[in-house]
Amino acid sequence: MPERTATIASRSGLHARPAALFAEAAGDVGVDVTIAMQGEPEDDALDASSILSLMTLGAGKGDVVVLRAEGEGAEAALDSLVKLLETDLDAE
Amino acid sequence: MSPGRIIGTIRQMPKPISEPPAGEQLASGTSAEEATAALKAAAGTVHDQLKARAETATGDGKAVLEATALMAKDTMLIKGAAKLIARGTSAQRAVWEAGASVAEMLHNLGGYMAERATDVLDVRARIVAELRGVPAPGIPSSSAPFILVAEDLAPADTATLDPEKVLALVTAGGGPQSHTAIIARSLGLPAVVAAAGVDELPDSTEVYVDGAAGLISVNPDGDQRAAAEAWATNASLLAVFDGNGTTADGHLVPLLANVGGGKDAIAAAALNAQGVGLFRTEFCFLERDTEPTVEEQAAAYKGVFDAFPGKKVVLRTLDAGADKPLPFLTDATEPNPALGVRGYRTDFTTPGVLERQLQAIALAEKDSEADVWVMAPMISTADEAAHFASMCAAAGITNPGVMVEVPSAALTAESILREVGFASLGTNDLTQYAMAADRQLGPLANLNTPWQPAVLRLVGLTVEGSRAEGNNKPVGVCGEAAADPALAVVLTGLGVSTLSMTARSLAAVAAVLKTVSLAEAQQLAKLALSARSATEARAWVREKLPVLEELGL
Repeated sequence: MPERTATIASRSGLHARPAALFAEAAGDVGVDVTIAMQGEPEDDALDASSILSLMTLGAGKGDVVVLRAEGEGAEAALDSLVKLLETDLDAE
Repeated sequence: MSPGRIIGTIRQMPKPISEPPAGEQLASGTSAEEATAALKAAAGTVHDQLKARAETATGDGKAVLEATALMAKDTMLIKGAAKLIARGTSAQRAVWEAGASVAEMLHNLGGYMAERATDVLDVRARIVAELRGVPAPGIPSSSAPFILVAEDLAPADTATLDPEKVLALVTAGGGPQSHTAIIARSLGLPAVVAAAGVDELPDSTEVYVDGAAGLISVNPDGDQRAAAEAWATNASLLAVFDGNGTTADGHLVPLLANVGGGKDAIAAAALNAQGVGLFRTEFCFLERDTEPTVEEQAAAYKGVFDAFPGKKVVLRTLDAGADKPLPFLTDATEPNPALGVRGYRTDFTTPGVLERQLQAIALAEKDSEADVWVMAPMISTADEAAHFASMCAAAGITNPGVMVEVPSAALTAESILREVGFASLGTNDLTQYAMAADRQLGPLANLNTPWQPAVLRLVGLTVEGSRAEGNNKPVGVCGEAAADPALAVVLTGLGVSTLSMTARSLAAVAAVLKTVSLAEAQQLAKLALSARSATEARAWVREKLPVLEELGL
């Protein structure tokens, strides 16, 4: 399954506004995307479009997460989401 | 209960959404698939509504609404509910339970996540409302300004209350010291509380509201229209305080602000408050599962001190308990929390928290130019006052004081003031305890007013106690009573040295105080003390202060 790692760039971590922006984007890519902290088993990965899941993940600035997706457009979807995570969304 | 005369149309605040009965099953003839589809449709509608509101909001409010909108159709919430529906639970009950478990999970994570738990519960109630086909809970959204009518408002409602959209507040319940009255005064909105039957008025009814008179009337007449117009003109005059609280003959009564944090303090300084008479430090602690560190606290306190360089800032140490529970400090199972371990008393059961707070205050004071005074809430005896003073001295705080809100403290003010440097009357709690009447109960609103001659007598006794002590130790007032211009005159006449209030009330209090001499204020105080009821005291004093009627206060 295609996967990517990304380092959280937002100052407040994947909370609040960055989490909302990311969850919304993940819901719009057309494939199911999961998110997990690096090193966590794939089975524990959470739905990336669920803001509540993102909040329970508790990823802070500088933490590395793994995104996974399958199906048509998965690669492009993952690329766009990695870019979003590696942008400081608090600064916008 | 908060002055102002205004005419507008009303919007009723929808009743809170009731819990769907436990064990409620799918209606016969409704399949799990149909119920899940209905739930998803309702969730989608709630999402779209919140999203639309987010688009018109700005700043923090926008971010919160955007996140809340996403929660409405969140897979964790919806899948959780769908599982319950598949087992035969009704859609309403399913989303109710799924929301509760998500909220609990967030709550257990603490900090920022715990604060979002309330948003999940809000979303849950909105989805249930949508499924029932009833209006969503919370303050109605409307493009045109309106008069908000509610059973009562909770502190949480303030966050969503847009002062640009809400012209006035009218509640069927609550008393003069209820949250609604406090919210209204802090926002500068006219308000009438305990207006029985007002929640039966249909939406869009045109009404006249006179906050000072406590009057609302349907179908306003010509005089009322003229009064509302006159208020609109006066209101701009009453918005400016020149920073000099005084009677007509030059007896100085510094007018200070009640603040809850740095943001409030900056706003109060901009309104020319002469200092801070009550800095509530709870904001630093509320919604936290653990105690903030000394450094965190010091930074927060400094934010307030820095707004008032060279001026007096009276800080109240942590007042947890009763209506302000804290998981690490107070016992939520007390049968009678208003009479329980609250305020200074939490030091009996959880020693250390107060000591560290005093260290944080001393630390913040060191790098600031404010004249910092520190007082303990809920002091009942001279021994407690002495112990608090010794704790302050150990932390390097030189000016300790006490709140006088327990009647015993007013009655023994002389011996208490031998132990500390000043006293500040918290009239909200002093009234509640003197009259044995819960502040939040509408049916007790008539008992629960600081105009009660018994309460005024306790104020007078506290001042007398200070005189008997002999060192001219200041006695101020920092309760809601100080924000009532007529009562402010009476308190001045009783010998109170400073008045502290929500910053919005400074200008109105100053305007009225300026029209009376100290001797006249003393006469009015005597008059109020001689009344046999609160209603009589208020009516007699107001009659002698025609300026109130002229200004619409």
